[in-house]
Amino acid sequence: MEIKLTVNGVTRSDEVEPRLLLIHYLRESLNLRAANIGCDTTSCGACTVLLDGESVKSCTVLAVQANGRSVTTAEGLVADDGTMSVVQQAFRENHGLQCGFCTPGMVMASTSLLAENPHPSEQQVREGLEGNFCRCTGYHNIVRSVLAAAEKLSGAAPSAGSASTDASEVTA
Amino acid sequence: MIPAAFDYEVADSPAHAISLLAEHGEDAKLLAGGHSLLPMMKVRLAQPAVLVDIARVTELSGIRLDGDEVVIGATTRHAEVVGSSLLRAEVPILAYAAAQVGDPQIRHRGTIGGSLAHADPSADLPMTLLALGGAVEITGPSGARVVGVDDFFVGPFESALAPDELLTAVRVPRGGSVRWGYQKFVRRANDWAIVGVAVYDGRVALASMGGTPLRASATEQALRSGASIEEAAALAADGTSPGYDLHADADYRAHLARVLTRRALEGKTG
Repeated sequence: MEIKLTVNGVTRSDEVEPRLLLIHYLRESLNLRAANIGCDTTSCGACTVLLDGESVKSCTVLAVQANGRSVTTAEGLVADDGTMSVVQQAFRENHGLQCGFCTPGMVMASTSLLAENPHPSEQQVREGLEGNFCRCTGYHNIVRSVLAAAEKLSGAAPSAGSASTDASEVTA
Repeated sequence: MIPAAFDYEVADSPAHAISLLAEHGEDAKLLAGGHSLLPMMKVRLAQPAVLVDIARVTELSGIRLDGDEVVIGATTRHAEVVGSSLLRAEVPILAYAAAQVGDPQIRHRGTIGGSLAHADPSADLPMTLLALGGAVEITGPSGARVVGVDDFFVGPFESALAPDELLTAVRVPRGGSVRWGYQKFVRRANDWAIVGVAVYDGRVALASMGGTPLRASATEQALRSGASIEEAAALAADGTSPGYDLHADADYRAHLARVLTRRALEGKTG
């Protein structure tokens, strides 16, 4: 069937099979490779993207379920001059990654978390990321990154999701 | 993993969903958040020929007061239950239980009606509804009916819903000051309970202690007879039939049921 949706600020229309998963639509149809397929069982969070601003695991969403909605991937957090979002910068500055496989999912889950709770405690960050597995870092620097992003955002931009909602700055 | 091919229909009202179910018969399944159904379809444990998407039926979603009850629409997502100030004030055990389901991403998609219809004996919300003594509103070709929770869960992953029926809403009693407790024992983040216990107003419900969520009847009876919490909790596994798996054997589950029931009766959460 035909779906119409917004991906990283760009309105799209595509013919998809109903069984096509959102992660496959993003990676294979649109060539957006930030979101990864990890466990493929709704556990690891590597495929996390934003659906209407909320974190979801795109291995467990059908592309047709995103019809009429807005999807944001980690590519969509970056401004077209290459400036990363506050959350992405915080992960870089705090060494919130090692191999990087979980990182796009971690960044999207963190972006959603901070949009819902701009001033999380360390415990709330840890619980808020329980749907994302990292096999390298031991999580400490990831938690540090999110707390640093929260601090920076509270003194700067109005919300964690602001970079992702500026349609004009994104090209698919 | 890719589901088997299916046709996809979008319902625009409960009546439309029921007519689509009638049209396609037992080959059709309802889709809301899809967080129980899609994983089963990906491993081909479920291969419906038709999915009827009810997530866009706005009247199936929402939380409202109705006299002594709170009514929660079937497609209300877990995150909305967690964040509802009405539920936090009137049915705090339900808001708490919804926060124990999966992880934030899952709670952004999964729905209360989907969780109850899936009828997983180890899941949070079936156990919690059983403790609350709530009811489920169901609509089908022959009209609407209300099924009390004690009659709703009939077997493992099996409810009183017929294949041509739609779960439209959940009714739970208001009770902001009622004493409650909740215990969920897990070894991994975002897992199902190895054993779970929900206590509400003298009703004690267990998860993972049999083929359906179960009332701890002996414990409830003892409490009514004036037994202490310790005495009543010691009976929590009586009449249950826990299974065994990688995480726990039946004896260990019975032990957990007794310990967790005591903690839940003491009003503890965890």
